[in-house]
Amino acid sequence: MPDTLRKTALNPVHRLLGAKMVDFGGWDMPVEYSGLIAEHMAVRTGVGLFDVSHMGDIQFRGKGSLEAVQHISMNDASRLQVGQAQYSAMLYPQGTFVDDIIVHKFSDNDYLFVINAGTREKDYNWVRSQAARFDCHVSDYSDFYTQLAIQGPKAQETLQKLTDVNLSGIKFYWFAWGTVCGLPNTLIARTGYTGEDGFEIYIPSDALTSERVWNEVIEAGREFGILPCGLGARNTLRLEAALSLYGHEISDTINVFEAGLDRFCKLEKGPFVGSEALKSVQAAGGPVKKLVGLEMVDRGIARDGYKVMDPSGKEIGTVASGSPAPFLKKNIALAYVPGAFTELRTEVAVEIRNNPVKAKVVPIPFYRKPKKT
Amino acid sequence: MAYPTNYRYTREHEWIDADGKSASVGITDHAQDSLGDIVFVELPKVGDKVEKGKVFGSVESVKAVSDLYSPATGTVTAVNEELTTAPEKINTDAHAAWIMKMELKDPSELESLLKAEDYEKYVKEETGH
Repeated sequence: MPDTLRKTALNPVHRLLGAKMVDFGGWDMPVEYSGLIAEHMAVRTGVGLFDVSHMGDIQFRGKGSLEAVQHISMNDASRLQVGQAQYSAMLYPQGTFVDDIIVHKFSDNDYLFVINAGTREKDYNWVRSQAARFDCHVSDYSDFYTQLAIQGPKAQETLQKLTDVNLSGIKFYWFAWGTVCGLPNTLIARTGYTGEDGFEIYIPSDALTSERVWNEVIEAGREFGILPCGLGARNTLRLEAALSLYGHEISDTINVFEAGLDRFCKLEKGPFVGSEALKSVQAAGGPVKKLVGLEMVDRGIARDGYKVMDPSGKEIGTVASGSPAPFLKKNIALAYVPGAFTELRTEVAVEIRNNPVKAKVVPIPFYRKPKKT
Repeated sequence: MAYPTNYRYTREHEWIDADGKSASVGITDHAQDSLGDIVFVELPKVGDKVEKGKVFGSVESVKAVSDLYSPATGTVTAVNEELTTAPEKINTDAHAAWIMKMELKDPSELESLLKAEDYEKYVKEETGH
């Protein structure tokens, strides 16, 4: 293993737990601990704990913050209230993705972007260059936080044991500040990347604090069968929920309409980086290819990059992400296909080791969390 | 997990257990551990001719697909249909969960394969611990 791999503060904990480690975008990260399927199921039925400290955090401060945020992200941050977060994305002028992000409004002049690990440097440089003409300070706080995701129907009960904040008062995609494991002013956000209810907390990134909080969360979740979860389960969970992953469903060659993320893109808010190009795409009649959900009809597993074909065997598209879905117990995929193949129940084929295997277009998300009773 | 000393092993992580001209083939404990939860096994057909070092099927875990390479040349005499519905048997006991049985063309072919202790050494070198 090259020494250049970056490590989170919890790296020794993952190794002690016997996790299988992989190089993920230059980070030495756990892919699984006890087993991907068990970890996936823990999040769907109980609770799971993820180290997501490799994600980045960029803060905007100053009078011009909102203006800068509006200029470089596609959702409308002016609609946010203090304590609220929104899914958004940064775009290139051609309407394709720099990265998808979560924008948090700390105060009128203070916003936080949570960004992906593999694109941290690129994102930060992009933000700095794009925000330069606005009256605000941009800071990269990525290395200052250990970010833990506590996800699953039992996430609230687990975390509630460790904080004085009334968690039931935090709505989905809202956040609060409070004491967690004795740490004052901790950011607690009801966000995640699993399609499940859950929280993400941001604590100081020193090894001692990180390990202590990790262990306290595990202890608090023990009665609910909590499992530490790796990137393997994180990927299958997000795929069941049809959440985009940079480099797969979204990239610098895929635009917002193709990715089906137009509901997070507010062209009416006024000009922003990428908006002109997107208006042209719209004027030209919309995107040529679109992201669809596929379910394998015949036996076979679609994988990232496999070819999609029409029933006659003609190549029409590509699988962006494909995998067995551990909770749904089906083989599913997100794929880019031409507009003519996006109708539900359209029959297509995925080429699996030179054999066409039958699949059909199904609604996404594949999985929706049950409504609270 | 201990590697049975009466088996022979390939560098592609298959095992073969031979008795005269008939043999069983599976994947090693190391292979199942690296793959993780196995969800799919593509079996050969009874009567298929298989060739040493050539692909005869595949195993898939949630996150990866891995080809199966035949440890020897011969003819498939049985396939473990149980793995179609319960592929996780390979995770629970890789050295008992045979994938195919075969009639060997030349049992002396196995002499070039790794013995248990050499395979263990090979795995340690490959994984670096």
